[in-house]
Amino acid sequence: MNRLPLLVEVGSEEIPAWMIPPALDQLRDSFRRLLEEQRLADEEVQITVDATPRRLVLRAENVAERQPDAEQWVLGPPVSAAFREGQPTAAAEGFARKMGAAVSALEIRQTPRGDYLGYRQKIEGRPTREILAAALPDLILSLHFPKTMYWTGKGGPRFIRPIRWLVALLGEQLIEFEVAGVRSGDQSRGHRFLGQSRIPVRPGNYQEVLRRNYVLVSAAERRERIESRIAQLLEGSGLRVRKDEALLDTVVYLTEFPTPILGSFDAEYLSLPDEVLVTVMRHHQKYFSVENAEGRIAPCFIAVMNTDQDPEGLIRQGHERVLRARFNDARFFWDVDQQRTLAERVPALAHVTYQAKLGSYLDKAQRMVRLGRRMARMLKTDPAPVERAALLAKCDLTTEMVKEFPELQGIVGGLYARRQGEPEQVWRAIYEHYRPESMEDAIPTTLTGLLVSLADKLDTLTGCFRLGLVPSGSRDPFALRRAAQGVVRILIEGRLPLPLRTLLGKDQTLIDFFEDRLRYYFREVRDLRYDEVNAALAAGWDDLTDLESRLIALAAVRPTPNFEPLAASFKRIKNILRQASVAPAVPAEVSAVQETLLEPGPETDLYEAFRRLRARVRRLRRAKDYRAALEAIASLRPAVDCFFDKVLVNAPHEQVRRNRLTLLSELLGEFSAIADFSEIVTTEEEK
Amino acid sequence: MYTFQDILMRLKQYWGERGCVVQEPYDVEVGAGTMCPETFLRVLGPEPYRVAYVQPSRRPTDGRYGENPNRLYKHWQLQVILKPSPEDIQDQYLESLAAIGIDLRKHDIKFEEDNWESPTLGAWGIGWQVMLDGLEITQFTYFQQCGGVDLEVVPVELTYGMERLAAFLQGKSSVYEIEWAKGVTYGQVRLADEVQFSVYNFEMADVKTLWKLFELHEAECARLLAAWPHSPDKRRFPLLAAYDQVLKCSHLFNLLDSRGAISVTERVTVIGRVRKLAVAVAEAWLRQNQAEVTA
Repeated sequence: MNRLPLLVEVGSEEIPAWMIPPALDQLRDSFRRLLEEQRLADEEVQITVDATPRRLVLRAENVAERQPDAEQWVLGPPVSAAFREGQPTAAAEGFARKMGAAVSALEIRQTPRGDYLGYRQKIEGRPTREILAAALPDLILSLHFPKTMYWTGKGGPRFIRPIRWLVALLGEQLIEFEVAGVRSGDQSRGHRFLGQSRIPVRPGNYQEVLRRNYVLVSAAERRERIESRIAQLLEGSGLRVRKDEALLDTVVYLTEFPTPILGSFDAEYLSLPDEVLVTVMRHHQKYFSVENAEGRIAPCFIAVMNTDQDPEGLIRQGHERVLRARFNDARFFWDVDQQRTLAERVPALAHVTYQAKLGSYLDKAQRMVRLGRRMARMLKTDPAPVERAALLAKCDLTTEMVKEFPELQGIVGGLYARRQGEPEQVWRAIYEHYRPESMEDAIPTTLTGLLVSLADKLDTLTGCFRLGLVPSGSRDPFALRRAAQGVVRILIEGRLPLPLRTLLGKDQTLIDFFEDRLRYYFREVRDLRYDEVNAALAAGWDDLTDLESRLIALAAVRPTPNFEPLAASFKRIKNILRQASVAPAVPAEVSAVQETLLEPGPETDLYEAFRRLRARVRRLRRAKDYRAALEAIASLRPAVDCFFDKVLVNAPHEQVRRNRLTLLSELLGEFSAIADFSEIVTTEEEK
Repeated sequence: MYTFQDILMRLKQYWGERGCVVQEPYDVEVGAGTMCPETFLRVLGPEPYRVAYVQPSRRPTDGRYGENPNRLYKHWQLQVILKPSPEDIQDQYLESLAAIGIDLRKHDIKFEEDNWESPTLGAWGIGWQVMLDGLEITQFTYFQQCGGVDLEVVPVELTYGMERLAAFLQGKSSVYEIEWAKGVTYGQVRLADEVQFSVYNFEMADVKTLWKLFELHEAECARLLAAWPHSPDKRRFPLLAAYDQVLKCSHLFNLLDSRGAISVTERVTVIGRVRKLAVAVAEAWLRQNQAEVTA
């Protein structure tokens, strides 16, 4: 079979940097799916995807020139209707004609509805070029982007930005198609200013030809160029760049031929806090910050140009001038903001709406103060710093600095509070109260900070859920999932034994929402097995640190030999009880089991074992030694096994039967408080 | 070195040569060139149109009493509308930079995602801010919707921030040092304007009067819109006059905002009131022009 290299380049106007990597993943996946559907996928085909802001590139090596031939079974008339007295009927002849075959070429097959006549039709493989010409337009236009546009007119095709050229070659041959009025060809385009505007390419020389035209097609190559050139710029200076992977990703996809340059700014701006300097450089200018050996910001920056050089220093001067203007603004805001302290700004929060029905930020701050106080008392810690920080936490929303740099909310408040003489506990809590903003982000570093952050997030969650503003699908405008995830991480990783259920109130939707978040956290973040997570959650949850301890103990005891068989027995008990409509008993001081009704042997043995263990497990549970408690419960296994081997639960005598069910229900109720073992999926079941 | 007025004239010349009607600024206060009827109304409907004009744009909250070197209460926008947008529009735009003396090979130019939106006008588009050596010099937008209407033909809007561009070309660190004409600075021409309007907008504008004016213009616009369905001769109906009332409302809203007279909650409501009028004018305008085509 002849195999050929494939090159598809979708030339577009500049695609937003952050949308490119997900688009490439889709491009690869949809192409692979296309090959599979068309019987063109095999191990020899190698797919690569690449992109710059102006092009999405799909390449594949060893693509078969033709689809392999195939057969398909076409069902004809039932045999009963196909032959009469050994002769083919009109139905059989008609079917054969349709298939373009003689009646003698038809075959009989058994089907669930009887014997049918049918035909094994040969399907000749089509040329791959034809298949791709038909499929590529849809494949390209079905790439999903978060926000698309139309440009050829209302009702026209949608894409992330206008498509301006298309290259599509299989080997040396053009794959002909059209998307949004653009015809495919063999002409690519170079860098806007440094390369040629029309360049003929082939799959074999594509990357090289573009490189000569100042386009580095491979993101990895652009990244490498940026990193090595930054290293060269700083070599011997005693300075180093502040690592910033996200920014690096952005500039990699913002350039076709990246070249970093080193610029500087007046050291007088170093009087602004690092956070402000870095935000201006990073968010507004996409510059990397530079620091000295002590980790202090140095008065320089690295900008990544989309061109090869800056021999006259014009570009550097331009970037320096822009940065100076930005820093001037920031300093102006800083100075203006100092005219009123955060405390003096509290009343102004009444004029900043938090949410129409949830009131102003003043209302929110007051709720945060109350909630913070309540939690501090639950933890038996001094509520004063929590109350102070909660009251001031949102005041920076009225400052010029936050209006200009919204991403610095919280941080600016913290910095101002420090400057205005608030104690460290307070200013640090304000500074960190939006944390964690993502799964990777750290949680606040102090107890006060943890409580203020919790108060903020719990207030948001309970408020929004009360109004029915519940996230659905990808719609989560109030970022409630992130808030709930933050609560979970703060409680668990901050080791705060707070009663979350009490704090959440009675809203079942909110409780379910949290249960989902807990499940997500333990499974995806902590990498615990789903059935263990389900088992621990099913035993109930309130204090999340306790839930976590139970889960860790469960995961530790899981591999011990007695555990899974016991879990299987618990499941059996649960089923028996369900069939008998008996609920697992709430653990009580006195057992309801009537000893006189117990049969000597396995039943009495189980009862004795249960009694012995109950006291011990209770003691261990109180001491929160869940591992030992679970091990103790697991030791019950031989007694349980023996019971089920020898004893009939459904005894003919009603009282005996009742008594047995009581024993089982007490056993289940007593020993399911750490984890509901019946949720455990045993190795036996997985098979 | 090109003066401020050289740059303006060269850009107008450039776009004039590319088929644009070179218009003069609209004579009602606006916050952006987009709001002028030459953009807001012309982008509606199927008729091709090309226009370029300079529009002094007033943003009361951006006033800094002439003390901030980069922020202005009123700045000059050069607005270009090409409807439909030509396929080589990015190249045409970049050539316009060359026409004002920017050697593209010696600079760092990037198109960075920036989608424009005007809730007041019920308008939005997809596009970029064009960055020249880290400086945002142009907003480049493919309009998708205007006056709440999906556009039949997609126009491109180029909005050049003239002070920034001139300061860049002339190497000035303050807009007030820009040379407007030979021997005359931007500051000489405009500083008093910036100082006095900052004082008025932030300190002296009478909130009650502004609200009253807002309501008067709003009512006048609503009155016209109410009369529109019953108008026997649609062609001569003064929708353009109704739209002027919308612009007045929008500017008064901005003034009230700079006086700190609008709370965040009210803000949404008031913007909604202006948008309602803008959307109604846009719908009527579309009908009026269809009527003309069929007449």
